[in-house]
Amino acid sequence: MDLHKADKSPAAKTDARKGARALRVGGVSVRYDVRAVVLTLLMGLVALAVAVLLVLVGGGDFPMSPGDVFQTLLGNGAMAQEFIVLDVRLPRVLTALLVGAALGLSGAVFQSVSRNPLGSPDMLGFSQGAMVGALLMIVVFRGNTWTIAAGALVGCLITGVLVYLLAWKRGVHGYRLVLVGIAASAMLTAVLQYLLTKANLADATEAMVWLTGSLDGRGWEQVWPMAAACVVLVPLILRHGRSLRMMEMGDDAAFALGVPVERVRVALIVLAVLLMGAATAAAGPIIFVSLSAPQVARRLTRAPGPNLVASALMGSALLIVADWAAQSAFGERQLPVGVVTGVVGGCYLLWLLVTERKAGRL
Amino acid sequence: MLGLLVSVGLLVLVVLASIAVGAKNIPLAEVWHGLWHYSGTPDDVIVRDVRVPRTILGILVGAALGTAGAVMQGLTRNPLAEPGILGVNAGASAAVVSAISFFGVTSLTGYVWFAFLGAAVVSAVVYVLGGSRGATPVRLALAGTAATAALFGYVNAVQLLDSAALERLRFWTVGSLASADMAVVGKVWPFIVAGLVLALVLARPLNAMEMGEDSARSLGVHLTRTRVLSMVAVTLLCGAATAACGPIVFVGLMVPHLVRAVTGPDMRWILPYATVLAPVLLLGSDVVGRVVSRPSELQVGIVTALIGGPVFIHLVRRRRMGQL
Repeated sequence: MDLHKADKSPAAKTDARKGARALRVGGVSVRYDVRAVVLTLLMGLVALAVAVLLVLVGGGDFPMSPGDVFQTLLGNGAMAQEFIVLDVRLPRVLTALLVGAALGLSGAVFQSVSRNPLGSPDMLGFSQGAMVGALLMIVVFRGNTWTIAAGALVGCLITGVLVYLLAWKRGVHGYRLVLVGIAASAMLTAVLQYLLTKANLADATEAMVWLTGSLDGRGWEQVWPMAAACVVLVPLILRHGRSLRMMEMGDDAAFALGVPVERVRVALIVLAVLLMGAATAAAGPIIFVSLSAPQVARRLTRAPGPNLVASALMGSALLIVADWAAQSAFGERQLPVGVVTGVVGGCYLLWLLVTERKAGRL
Repeated sequence: MLGLLVSVGLLVLVVLASIAVGAKNIPLAEVWHGLWHYSGTPDDVIVRDVRVPRTILGILVGAALGTAGAVMQGLTRNPLAEPGILGVNAGASAAVVSAISFFGVTSLTGYVWFAFLGAAVVSAVVYVLGGSRGATPVRLALAGTAATAALFGYVNAVQLLDSAALERLRFWTVGSLASADMAVVGKVWPFIVAGLVLALVLARPLNAMEMGEDSARSLGVHLTRTRVLSMVAVTLLCGAATAACGPIVFVGLMVPHLVRAVTGPDMRWILPYATVLAPVLLLGSDVVGRVVSRPSELQVGIVTALIGGPVFIHLVRRRRMGQL
């Protein structure tokens, strides 16, 4: 449960290990870990490779040789080819990369803030908040893509604020945040199910597809807002990475090292909720990516701290691979990517619970 | 003892309200007529064949969930233990959904066994994962929530792939008493009564276990037997309740806490009180759900979640970190 307690030994080990190096240029010095850097780059490469593969080979029914795709990308393709490549495959892949990175990063922030490997946005009710917002738009206001996305974003934000305020009592403690989040997600699930029973079958089916999280039919109108959100929010979050790392040692220690703990925490939660909301608005609630990406990244890099960049790249890699699997693994029947992440993530979660318990960490 | 009588009185009042109040406004005289002199008018049919079975099922399910919650809180010595939070109801749901979608089971008699299986497996898994010994409330709640999230992900996936199942399931997965009839009541009462009796018998050993395992052992309590029997009771109660009306959260959480405020920590009093007062809460929520959005209804599972969520948050905020 106490991440900071568990982190003491790996942290000590890292410092003793040869992998940690320091880069000094003039007065600036950055400490880095060779293994972590190499593996982070590797994750990015995997994500990129699968993305390129998906664009070139594709997962759909339309047969195209990679050469044709390449020509199309250079602007020499036929109409149909241009449509398939530029308006179907490319935006889908870009959405997957961006959404995956956003989910991975916001998961890393929340797990670090709540000091709990299970304290991810999908456990704390933020996804449910986004779902309720989107479903209100689908069922009650019969909104279009834009208003549904806006509903998701607003729902996510309101839930984030409420959970934070309810968990506030002379500061926000990780435990309370998690438990209040659990209660919030139960209540929001009730509202969600109520809305589902109110809908007619057609709306309910549309809502179910949205609720599972899917990358089908994502176009440029999803890519641009998502890219804008990432460009603004990701650097802001990364800027706080150092403070976050110190906060993992405990609030008192971080405060003594000059981190304004509560202010940083509020800022990070708001930023991560916004990122999560943007991702949910673009692709629906894709579960378990924000839970598993930071954990997998942490295990691969074996570096202490929140591992923000590695988590983001891992999120991209996970989501794009899951989307590839969802498109190709079930033959004719293409599943929404949320089903794949749900099933894989569920198994991963069980494994996590078992191993964390054995290590006495959970 | 007086308190228990008052509770029974409350239960009677809620039962009367549940029979008298509904989405359709029926005058009291008509209700009375329908109860005792059934003559086949539409109002009589509503009273006899809709409201009475619904009320009986509400009593059974409420008693089952409240008692199961009390047993779980005693067994895990955990103020946040609850069949909904610990994923037991989700396990039953996932099993029922599989039964409906993959095995083509349509009758309650068929899928109640799946519900038992799901409830038993998940409660055992969560109990073990949450750390059977030295489990902190947070750890247990997290293990349960994780299991619930995974299971509902599965339930969603099944609903998505099978649109006919979605049509049937989207009402069932909310937790509602609306589809109650005498056949359902007839199917589930033996299981619930058996579970209730088992739970009441366990009051003494559970009392001893609340003082710690060593004390309990020195008082002559067979620890493993008590644990296993408690799990059997919880499985019977939650499985039957979930099979009958879908997953209903927070009833098992709230009632034992309210009861404990009156009785103190003695399980021999907590269990009977919980058995009587939980139906008051459930039927009360059901009546509220029927009235607030006339002419349609708010499912009881939604009402209990909306009432129970704040209670849960209050509990979390009130306890000091040491106790949590």
